Amino acid sequence: MSSLLGKDLVGLAGLTGEQITTILDVAEPLREISERAIKKVPTLRGMTVVNLFFEPSTRTRISFEFAEKRMSADTVNVASSGSSVSKGETLVDTARNLEAMRIDMVVVRHGASGAAKFLAERIESNVINAGDGTHEHPTQGLLDLLTLRQRLGALAGRRVCIVGDVLHSRVARSNIWGLKALGAEVAVCGPRSLLPNAIHEMGVRVFGRIEAAIEWADALNILRLQLERMQGGYIPSLREYNRVFGVTSARLAAAKRELLILHPGPMNRGVEIDSDVADGPHSVILDQVTNGVAVRMAVLYLLAGQKASLADVAKGGAA
Amino acid sequence: MADEILERNAGCDRLMLVGIQRRGVQIAERIAEVMTQREGVDVPRGALDITLYRDDLQSIGPRPIVGQTHLPSALEGRVVVIVDDVLFTGRTIRAALDELADFGRPARIMLAVLIDRGGRELPIHADVVGKKITVQPGGRVDVRVPIVDGSDEVVLVGEGA
Repeated sequence: MSSLLGKDLVGLAGLTGEQITTILDVAEPLREISERAIKKVPTLRGMTVVNLFFEPSTRTRISFEFAEKRMSADTVNVASSGSSVSKGETLVDTARNLEAMRIDMVVVRHGASGAAKFLAERIESNVINAGDGTHEHPTQGLLDLLTLRQRLGALAGRRVCIVGDVLHSRVARSNIWGLKALGAEVAVCGPRSLLPNAIHEMGVRVFGRIEAAIEWADALNILRLQLERMQGGYIPSLREYNRVFGVTSARLAAAKRELLILHPGPMNRGVEIDSDVADGPHSVILDQVTNGVAVRMAVLYLLAGQKASLADVAKGGAA
Repeated sequence: MADEILERNAGCDRLMLVGIQRRGVQIAERIAEVMTQREGVDVPRGALDITLYRDDLQSIGPRPIVGQTHLPSALEGRVVVIVDDVLFTGRTIRAALDELADFGRPARIMLAVLIDRGGRELPIHADVVGKKITVQPGGRVDVRVPIVDGSDEVVLVGEGA
């Protein structure tokens, strides 16, 4: 029997290494379902899942939708534009209205950090965080962990460096918490303006030079440089960013060992990552996408129908 | 059991042994070994994990861990022999039949079990049985195999023992 995850998946912070390992162990065999001629198992038949996306997303939403459909759940997509959200309805009212139509699970993406937790405490359905502000993106963290584990084996003692815009990245935070729970060593590398001031308090090493990070790491997780940050004055220019922090094959050639290359997408080729690295032999970027569906199937399977524990109910009642 | 399967199929050129995770997989492996000794052929083997096809997932609390499903080739034209350790209610076999149907349409599906302990809740019947035993209500039969349990035995547990 698996150890309980509880009712929701809000983030990887607070999950034990054992709980994370359980999710990855379930995700591993689920990969096979997507290879079948009939890509479907009846496990979540009759369950209704609402994908509630208040921020644009293609990859994550489609990945969740595939995962839901391959588990035989019924799915409804609600986007913020063209729905009552654009008429000013609050998050909780939207969710409660959906619940009144008898749904079972909500997958939520929201621009505000903490939105998923806020919602999870107020509705009975299972809540899965698909990214909340700059806080967490737990299923992305899990799919990165699964991809790393497939290539490196057990992650304890392995070295992973997260490169780029850590400041605005929920992917970075989920990765740091998840990797540390599994005993990996974690570092971040990027311009000072894109690293949080107190980042060392998360127990990570900080590299100011990409060359030093490449020398240290077993794997690089290269974050997207969010181009909208350009206007914020965080970096002088894209060209300069590529010159100083870009992951290029020339830089990787200097590494003592072969590095795994991860990127959560969408990529800015020629900015944070060069094309020959993205398409190179050590890139596992498309494995990440394949694993994403399996990890989300595992989370749906482990959470569906789980009720809040008595302790959680008491906590919610007091709030 | 290996002999009986071979006899009923007049050889083994179309056979595929599919063990149900986890102990059925080990037993299928053993049957295949005997077949290799008898006929000098390597019968293809697969593994089936039926967790996602269970009919009681909503009622059993914490979710069981899912195991690996792997079939060596397409099922069309094959005689698939489902192999499991104990046949009891028949619900596992119902799930296995549903799962196999998602992979294709075998020429025939047979069922081979090491122990048939009675107590069926569905109209399911084994074609090849290692041993048939009667167990009182509340009793349990444990089949132990070396790779999973570290021992190699069949044990009756509880009130029926």
